[in-house]
This record gives sequence, structure tokens and C-alpha cells, in this order.
Amino acid sequence: MASTIRVRATSSGETTEVQALIQHPMDSGFVKDAKGEIIPPHFIQQLTFEYDGKPVFTADWGGGVSKDPYVKFAFKGGKKGGDLKVSWVDNKGATDTTTAKIQ
Amino acid sequence: MTTTDNGFTATRRLILKGAVTVALVGLGNISFGLAPVFAAANDKYPEDAFKQKSNADAIKSLYGKTAEPSDKVKLDAPEIAENGGVVPISVSSTLADVTSISILVSENPNALAASYKIPPGTIPSVANRLKMAKTSNVIAIVEAGGKLYSTTKEVKVTVGGCGG
Repeated sequence: MASTIRVRATSSGETTEVQALIQHPMDSGFVKDAKGEIIPPHFIQQLTFEYDGKPVFTADWGGGVSKDPYVKFAFKGGKKGGDLKVSWVDNKGATDTTTAKIQ
Repeated sequence: MTTTDNGFTATRRLILKGAVTVALVGLGNISFGLAPVFAAANDKYPEDAFKQKSNADAIKSLYGKTAEPSDKVKLDAPEIAENGGVVPISVSSTLADVTSISILVSENPNALAASYKIPPGTIPSVANRLKMAKTSNVIAIVEAGGKLYSTTKEVKVTVGGCGG
């Protein structure tokens, strides 16, 4: 299965800018479907970025984050060709992980 | 003979799958049961903070203290959001020793939308997209040097992001 995570990490020498886009419904549990039934909550709770075995960014999310979430941040260091590991876990225990090369 | 083998393998897979699911559900329950005190300080998902309805309760549950307004917290959000389902919001800060950034939407059913941990070496700036049920104050919280600082901005929503 194709990864749900699309990530782009670009090094400018001093800092590495990371943009990630994830495919996920991010159902908050407050929305009703066409039949008037509540769509149960289903959202990513934690998204982590690791470089060189150390966390560089952790996102804790609730149901208030938009569908197919996007996040952007930057960290100091990070070499071109280095591996950035990205993984998420949702409230149902599902997970996905990918590794991106810093460009 | 072959069919028996296949059947056996399938059953074994199912059992394994089941075991994995049970393990995951079990883990979820454990983290759910843990006290959320100073949740932002460790790696645990602050489940309780995300269940609070008001800003004050969410901030208290997440950090155990209150925030003071500061112009060193920069909150970028549109004046008017046409689609409440996707509101681009970014937060940055010029404060030193930033350890976390959280974003709350006052009028959402659960105020806390996102909380980011900023380890040393990571720039205190984050951009994301949030849902807004209706016109509401958006609050950015920055934790720096053990203290909390905030900036608030109202975003008008013409179409809500939380359905009927």
C-alpha cells in the first residue's frame, strides 16, 4: 500500500525545512453523516519526526485538525541526504511510518 | 493437503492479526488511564487536555498553569475564513527556550486543536490547518523557559467546518 505520508525536507545549509501532508479522514466525532448518524471519531493523535535517532518535532492532535492534515516546521542541522523518519498513530491504534531523504 | 495448509496459514494469520489489534487497543487504554499532569513535558499523548471543552480547562490540563498575553507570540490566521473546515494557521515566537506551541479554538466542541513539542534546535514556528465550527477566537500558546505566553485573534467563519 502506498504510504499515507508525503513529506518534503529541504536543507538550506543551516536549517532544514519540513513540510508533511498526510492522508487521513480526521473525523472529530461531532459530525453527522447524511443519515443523521454521528461519524465516530477517527483522527491522528500523535505525529513524530526523527532525525539522527532524535525527535525534532512532535505533534499532538485532536479532532480539530483538518482532514488530510498539513504541517510545516524547521529545525537546525540536518544534512542533505540524511534520513528523516516520520510516523503517526491514530485514536484507533493504526499507524504509518515513512523515511524521507533531506534534499 | 494443499487446501488444509492454506486454511491453517490463514487461521494463523488471523490469530496473529487479532493479537496485534488486542495489543494496540490495550496500549491505548493504558495511556488513556494515565494522569495528564504536565502532559506536555513528556511524550505521552495528552488525551484529557484534548477532551476539555473550554480554553481554560484545556490549558490547565495540558500545562497545569495559566498563560499571560505577549507580543512575542505571533499568530497568523485569516481575518475571514470562507471554509471553516480548512483554516490555515501559523504560530511563531521570538522568545528563547521555547519547548512547546499549542493552538486552541475557543468555540470548537473541544477547544484544544493541536499541541507541538519543540525540542532544542527546532525553530519555534509551526504552520498547520485547523477546523473551526464557527466564528471564534484562536489562541496561540507558547511555552518558553517554563512559562506560558499567549496571543489571541478572532477569525470569522462563513461556513463552519464541523457539519450541521
